[in-house]
Amino acid sequence: MVGQQKLDSLFLYGVIYLIFIYAPVILIVIFSFNDGIYVAFPFKGITVKWYYDMMHNAGLGKALKVSLKIGVVVSIVSTVFGVLGAKAVMRYHMPGIKTIVFLIMLPLVIPTIVFAIGLLMILTKFIGLQPTTWSVIAGHVLLCVPFSMAVMMSRLQGFDKNLEEASLDLGQNAWQTFWRVTFPLAMPGILASFLLCFTNSFDEYLIAAFLSGNDATLPVYIFSQLRFPNRLPGTLALGSCILMISFAIVTFAEWMRRKGVNPDSGMGI
Amino acid sequence: MTANDSFIAIRNLSKHFGSVKAVDDISFDIRRGEFFSLLGPSGCGKTTLLRILAGFEVPTQGEVLIDNQPMATVPPHLRPTNMVFQNYAIFPHLDVKSNIAYGLRKKRLSKEETARTVNAALEMIKLRGYGNRRADQLSGGQRQRVALARALVCKPKVLLLDEPLGALDKKLREEMQLELRQLQRSVGITFVFVTHDQEEALTMSDRIAVMSRGRVLQIDNSARLYEAPNCREVADFIGTMNFIDGSIAATENGYAVIDAGRVGQLKAPRGDGGFQRNNRVTLAIRPEKLRIEASRPGNGGNFIAGRLGAQAYLGDRSHFYVEVPGLDRRIAVAAQNVTRNLEFGDNANREVWVSWPVESGVLLPAEDA
Repeated sequence: MVGQQKLDSLFLYGVIYLIFIYAPVILIVIFSFNDGIYVAFPFKGITVKWYYDMMHNAGLGKALKVSLKIGVVVSIVSTVFGVLGAKAVMRYHMPGIKTIVFLIMLPLVIPTIVFAIGLLMILTKFIGLQPTTWSVIAGHVLLCVPFSMAVMMSRLQGFDKNLEEASLDLGQNAWQTFWRVTFPLAMPGILASFLLCFTNSFDEYLIAAFLSGNDATLPVYIFSQLRFPNRLPGTLALGSCILMISFAIVTFAEWMRRKGVNPDSGMGI
Repeated sequence: MTANDSFIAIRNLSKHFGSVKAVDDISFDIRRGEFFSLLGPSGCGKTTLLRILAGFEVPTQGEVLIDNQPMATVPPHLRPTNMVFQNYAIFPHLDVKSNIAYGLRKKRLSKEETARTVNAALEMIKLRGYGNRRADQLSGGQRQRVALARALVCKPKVLLLDEPLGALDKKLREEMQLELRQLQRSVGITFVFVTHDQEEALTMSDRIAVMSRGRVLQIDNSARLYEAPNCREVADFIGTMNFIDGSIAATENGYAVIDAGRVGQLKAPRGDGGFQRNNRVTLAIRPEKLRIEASRPGNGGNFIAGRLGAQAYLGDRSHFYVEVPGLDRRIAVAAQNVTRNLEFGDNANREVWVSWPVESGVLLPAEDA
């Protein structure tokens, strides 16, 4: 049957596609348990010593701390900018609003390497500062604000403007209205934005490599370790851990975004 | 109207959105304790006017006074008005109790007092025991009541209602119309009610302002709007109206004889329009004031000959549409089906006579005059 055959080839395509995407990821997880330093079959035996090594690696712990610090600061700053920007764009009429949004969203498509070089030049040549953790934060905020704006704009779009007006009408001023109506209803979006910015910052390599100075972030540290063959299994273990945590965070963010309070549920019939 | 009667004073009010004049130089007064409706087709400016009263729109020109207080510099959250929104705008993240209590926050009542007020409000809207429900667990009618209670607990001087019944089905809407009217009488608050549904406005209001293209055409009570419209647009918008164009051939006492061309000569009360000989006029008659007969009626009153074009049986009444040579629009005749008659024959194309007493006609200035 022609129909059946078509379906089968499509199915095959799907399977190949999935293998192509996930084979590398699965290989990392598998070989992180391999009792040997070379990533090659046959399997030497199962061990968790790489995980044990990883836990007691001082350099890695330091890099992890740097990355966490950068991630938290970046996600807070970006989300604040994103909320305020999205609220301004969605609620107020201003001339040139489309151009403004376009300029804010542009970093999404500009190659990060361009930003990294530009930021390094400005920092060292024009301002005369040395790269630090703070310069990485600045660079990451630049990259994360568009993500946050996009999430918040879509959240506010499905948000009945009358709710804010009703709050004003019932005697709450603009500030009280923001905290009692806008903020709670935007909360799932804010959480989603926070987590999205965090994961984005956490695994960003280029800006971190150019701007982190002596305090390497986790991705930068991992890459530096790949020169030593005996360190490879340790990074595989680390990669597996990051994979699991990222997966959990993104799943949670998406779940929050969908769940939350449906902003439309109070509206008409 | 004396100055004392004016509770809401609207003075030369305009609101322009770019080149669109949503509200175009309007002035009128609303009395204390009145159920006042703004009636008009969509885009006539009625919602914009309501939003100016609430403080959500800043007028381009003119001013609004509520209880002698100018409102120009008063922001929405400090105005003595509360609004019931078209989609109710019930806060989805709060339960019914907290929704109703929302406007009480600024009054800084004690917990017990707030609870007592909220419970009394729930009682009033017959939703006792619904306090812990969320908005999405309520039906349309229930949401409507919650929105109403939420606004009324603030004890506003003026309650603004933006088509609050528009989303309800017909039966529930009629029920709520009565309830709303009763409620307004018992709380004695001035209601400003926006609607595009003329039947709803006629049923509920003390007075109605008919609006069109940003202007107010006529302000009157229901009966006067229906029986004595002041222009063709009002006559056409409210109910069904037949129009016959002509010019005044003669005037005698309180009556005018209208020369309606091929339709013939017709008589009508002159009214207080100050019509003179040769004025171009439009004679307006309601369908239910017309009689339709197979033979030429006797003298007295107006009659015109035509051919029955279509008829419709509506149960309590029947509609007949009569083609009259010389008129663009068919004359509509509504007849109560007073007697039981199971045989509703098709009488299309029969010659018929339409007649009416002289007093039933209304003279209006011709549209292009």
